[in-house]
Amino acid sequence: MSISVRNIAKRFGDFVALDNVSLDFPSGELTALLGPSGCGKTTLLRIIAGLEVADGGSVLLDGEDASSQSVRERQVGFVFQHYALFRHMTVFENVAFGLTVKPRAERPGKAQIAHKVHELLKLVQLDWLADRYPSQLSGGQRQRIALARALAVEPKVLLLDEPFGALDAKVRKELRRWLRRLHDELHVTSIFVTHDQEEALEVADRVVVMNHGHVEQEGSPQDVYDNPASPFVYGFLGSVNLFHGRVHGDTLKVGGHELELDAHTLAPGDPAIGFARPHELDIRRPGEGLADGLPARVLRVLPLGASVRLELALADDGQIIEAEIGRSRLRELALTEGETVLVLPASVRVFPAPAAADKAVQPR
Amino acid sequence: MSESIALPLPAQHSRIAGATSESPLVKSLLIGTALIFLAVFLFLPVLAVFYEAFKKGAAVYFAALVEPDAWSAIKLTLLIAAIAVPLNLVFGVAAAWAIAKFDFRGKQLLITLIDLPFSVSPVMAGLIYVLIFGAQGWLGPWLSEHDVKVIFALPGIVLATVFITFPFVARELIPLMQAQGNEEEEAAIVLGASGWRTFWHVTLPNIKWGLLYGVILCNARAMGEFGAVSVVSGHIRGLTNTMPLHVEILYNEYNFAAAFAVASLLALLALVTLVLKSIVEWKTRESVSDLSPEPVQK
Amino acid sequence: MPLLLRRHSVLPGFNLALGCTLLYLGLIVLIPLSAAFIKTASLSWPAFWETVTSPRVVASYRLSFGASALAAAINAVFGLIVAWVLVRYTFPGKKVIDALVDLPFALPTAVAGVALTAIYAGNGWIGQILEPLGIKVAFTPLGVLVALTFIGLPFVVRTVQPVLEDVEREAEEAAASLGASRLQTFLRVILPAILPALTTGFALAFARALGEYGSVIFIAGNVPMVSEITPLLIITKLEQYDYVGATAIAVVMLVTSFVLLLAINLLQRWAGKRGAKGQ
Repeated sequence: MSISVRNIAKRFGDFVALDNVSLDFPSGELTALLGPSGCGKTTLLRIIAGLEVADGGSVLLDGEDASSQSVRERQVGFVFQHYALFRHMTVFENVAFGLTVKPRAERPGKAQIAHKVHELLKLVQLDWLADRYPSQLSGGQRQRIALARALAVEPKVLLLDEPFGALDAKVRKELRRWLRRLHDELHVTSIFVTHDQEEALEVADRVVVMNHGHVEQEGSPQDVYDNPASPFVYGFLGSVNLFHGRVHGDTLKVGGHELELDAHTLAPGDPAIGFARPHELDIRRPGEGLADGLPARVLRVLPLGASVRLELALADDGQIIEAEIGRSRLRELALTEGETVLVLPASVRVFPAPAAADKAVQPR
Repeated sequence: MSESIALPLPAQHSRIAGATSESPLVKSLLIGTALIFLAVFLFLPVLAVFYEAFKKGAAVYFAALVEPDAWSAIKLTLLIAAIAVPLNLVFGVAAAWAIAKFDFRGKQLLITLIDLPFSVSPVMAGLIYVLIFGAQGWLGPWLSEHDVKVIFALPGIVLATVFITFPFVARELIPLMQAQGNEEEEAAIVLGASGWRTFWHVTLPNIKWGLLYGVILCNARAMGEFGAVSVVSGHIRGLTNTMPLHVEILYNEYNFAAAFAVASLLALLALVTLVLKSIVEWKTRESVSDLSPEPVQK
Repeated sequence: MPLLLRRHSVLPGFNLALGCTLLYLGLIVLIPLSAAFIKTASLSWPAFWETVTSPRVVASYRLSFGASALAAAINAVFGLIVAWVLVRYTFPGKKVIDALVDLPFALPTAVAGVALTAIYAGNGWIGQILEPLGIKVAFTPLGVLVALTFIGLPFVVRTVQPVLEDVEREAEEAAASLGASRLQTFLRVILPAILPALTTGFALAFARALGEYGSVIFIAGNVPMVSEITPLLIITKLEQYDYVGATAIAVVMLVTSFVLLLAINLLQRWAGKRGAKGQ
């Protein structure tokens, strides 16, 4: 089942949680709603589920307006960050709950329910825990049970609110992979909320990046990572270096130096910020090659696995930038801390530099 | 990291909001039921006390209070509270210190025993002292030989009151001190403070609101106890009559205006107790939230 | 076998504090209470049995236990509603009402007794409404029920309230998303979570009502075999200098209270295990 939201608005008092959001979630896809906390992603998920009511706009399930349907009628499966398992029920009873509260006419027989529950428990690989209480399970097990419980009513849509947020890093990685496999098996239209960009990029078919109650960008993981549509997305998805300057034809003038730019639409002379990821920076020794680069002093050389991270201070204004180069390149350069090199971005994308956009970026 | 903020939903969305709340009809029905029940069982009686007390005018009211027997009942009640509350305060702090700060065998049993007076009928509380100190009691003959009166006298009333109010302070302090742990006291001792100094300057400031809370409840019960005191007092007007007993005597003499006048003082005490209790509860919440630097995870 | 389990506590005062506690506990509570049992032991078994099962005593048990159980049940129902309203809804005056729920704890029982009698007597505020309908409250067993309901109310409200506050909103949302109606959610998700607290509140209110004296004697009428509660019977016997008889009945009541207390403790332990939150 496909999901669409149209012009959804929601405020809590003075706080604007969602500002005219419209999105489409195609049938059978796994979409990640990604953003920092407070960006409105959980509110949007809860509005889709019917747990929260929007101030304006509509939710369409399979093209039909579901805005006036209650959560009971929408047939969505919802998985909570803190599991929300029923503490006084066994795992079996938890998973069976959705089936046993159906109206008598639609309710399956006891044997059927038992069969279905065990099937689901097998699916989440926790068949052997049927008689335990939630308090006897680990966090990862609880979340898998919560998922089995949501799937029991055969929801047309699966909504997951930070499903791995309460788990520790190792279990989290495991469950991510497992969720992806499960989705490939079931193909239920799924939306999951996360503030972890790695999680979103790894698991989802599509990523929707949100900030301050509106959508910054949507697209495939590859697309949003490689072609960020805004400074915010740039900053939110991975590390990035900022170069403040003015547009001058196809170049960005930074101090007395010029950086070559990717295609852009800015007018000459506009103040702008150039963005380049650490791995897009090349390091040269002064005099090596012909291209102009930004002089910078090497502060630290940090070998990290296969690559090496360099911390540099730009000679012009002392701004700290990060570069990532291969080990062999480091050997070639034979850098020592304290010496001056030239930084040469292979690809620079510019955005206009109003004061506001400047602040919205949080380099990581 | 969920950013949703729970807020009451607008009325027109009540059908959808049905997820975790009730329809307005059910809601007002429940509120109505609760309020009517509380009004009939709690609020009306208190109103009735003041209404009956002032029915015959303020002059009759104040005359009833300054009447010598009433006045001596008031003084006796204050005296009893002044003895029983400090006794239980010292005991409560000692018991809480032993239970909250140390692990020892039989701790759970000790906690149960401290709670015991709560589950004993007040009548029983009076009875047991009659069995020991009464004329036919174990110590009765010896006491009368030495001309010491316990039953039908002040000591008996104090004993019965102490028994009834025994757990109040300890009960408030034990969970509070357990929650606060030993770290601060241990730090003080390590820094060279003596045991008493540690208690005065570290423990006491931390538990003062809980202590006050216990004392308030203890005092209210000490002044208001009826059943236990009734058994051991002998109801001697002007001598061993406490305020609650005086209410009974006046009531049984059909002197309703006077009975309710004295009762109104006790009702006032109850209301003041509730106000103090609310203030202290509010203060405790404040000091508890000061204590924990991080928000408690649910 | 050392008394102290953690030997190297740096905090002083254990011996002093525990010593004071035990001494005081022994003198004020334990020795006097044991007096009751020793006194009872002076009765032969048949004499004891005859005392505690004489018709007037049995009638008083019936009233005391029956009215206490009924009052506790009324409080369980209405106390739950009051707790629910106080936790879930906002309405003007809520804070004041919340504070006033403790009134029966703070109001001296004798005052409650005379006040309830004044209200429910034939010429009282409520009495004059009920009397024409043929319902007599004051000076009947019904009056006992009213007084015991008053006494027990805060127990249920105050035990249920914190548990209800703790019920996870998300669990309710999960139930709704799985298709449960509001009633189904209440019966199958919320009620099981608060049932142990509700039962504890019921037991506490029941235990308190069993021993209650002050608020009842004014409104009960105290007619032997009809509206005479057991604590009053104990006092009556005491006033007739029948110490042994009074003590025997008191011991029966005391043992009942202990059993109740034990049951409450076991219940709480069981509930604590099953409803454990885990990490």
